[in-house]
Amino acid sequence: MYQTTYHRASSVDEAASLFAKGSDSKFLAGGQTLLPVMKQRLAGPSDVIDLGRIKELQGVELSGDTLTIKAATTYYDIMTNADVKQAIPAIAYLTSVLGDPAVRYRGTIGGSIANNDPAADFPAALLALGATVKTNKRSIAADDFFQGLFTTALEDGEIITAVSFPVPAKAGYEKMRHPASRFALTGVFVAQTKSGDVRVAATGASQTGVMRVPAIEAALKANWSPSAIDSVTISANGLLADIHGTAEYRANLIKVMAQRAVAAAR
Amino acid sequence: MSTVKLTVNGKAVAVDVEDRTLLVQLLRDHLNLTGTHVGCDTSQCGACVVHMDGRAVKSCTMLAGQADGATITTIEGIAKGDELHPMQAAFRDNHGLQCGYCTPGMIMSAIDIVHRYGGQLDEATVRTELEGNICRCTGYHNIVKAVLDAAGRMKVSQAAE
Repeated sequence: MYQTTYHRASSVDEAASLFAKGSDSKFLAGGQTLLPVMKQRLAGPSDVIDLGRIKELQGVELSGDTLTIKAATTYYDIMTNADVKQAIPAIAYLTSVLGDPAVRYRGTIGGSIANNDPAADFPAALLALGATVKTNKRSIAADDFFQGLFTTALEDGEIITAVSFPVPAKAGYEKMRHPASRFALTGVFVAQTKSGDVRVAATGASQTGVMRVPAIEAALKANWSPSAIDSVTISANGLLADIHGTAEYRANLIKVMAQRAVAAAR
Repeated sequence: MSTVKLTVNGKAVAVDVEDRTLLVQLLRDHLNLTGTHVGCDTSQCGACVVHMDGRAVKSCTMLAGQADGATITTIEGIAKGDELHPMQAAFRDNHGLQCGYCTPGMIMSAIDIVHRYGGQLDEATVRTELEGNICRCTGYHNIVKAVLDAAGRMKVSQAAE
């Protein structure tokens, strides 16, 4: 790892001002991605601003039909939270199959979406549920937030403070787990909103990162059941292809994972 | 350089380290607690697992500074004098190791699993929960047996306290 200067911020405002003072600062939350990347010298920030102990970034709130998860809440604290389990059990499930137990104790929802790895789980949940990303400057709809591989609408120095999810009528998530990394070889999050709309998002599949799947959305809107997806055709164009799976394999996985997600949805 | 203050195995310590120092480097290189191992150094193998404020974390994937103010327990800190921790004793009795390199991390993760599940542990759960710990001898069978054995012993020893 290259030399760096570590700062622990005690508030969001302090974190923003520390960030601005560094020549090439990076925010650190759980560090489960940033630190491995720094160890490989793929990143060498002059300053690391630790958000992990900021109290205002911790916790979960359920208010009416809105579930709000603060940005530095760890995966473990999300998956064991009673409000999460009651309001959107699919999020608790998604979190329980993410990484491994030690990673879940450290990794955070804010870190996951800020990094926007094309195979990360949380971007699919935000996109399918129509969540809103709250930052220290503004609110950003999930549809506008994810902008391609490792790219988001965040400006330099902008800090995610929370994610707000509208509580759906039903939601489900399933993924084909990569046997070593536990990242989604392809994962699909399905959601039926309380107004009857259907949103479906796939991660780990597209060359441009998390994406909506309109063909499956239309099929499920007409008939919310796994068999409704049988006749849907997913094109392999633009899907990822690597040693773990071809684009055609991933196209089929989108269908199969969507069917399993609908079957598991509640 | 920064001074990192933390409690390690019950003892308060203050260590001057470069800011890029990992928690595992602080433990091994500065405190000479070499029981915590570095296996893959890429957050996958779990040989470096320690407890921070009661939670099993990968000490190769944390800066030492992130642990400032925390309470750390390493493999050196779980026995009571000459009396092995029930998890250590169960690993010995069930031959839960071959080369032993992964063992410190396995034991620290396994104790965390038992704390989280209490008496609800079964073989499938142990195997799933140990996914962040890799044994390159592939000696998982006896490791799982040891964890299940220890889960029973830890319940008994908790009840006795």
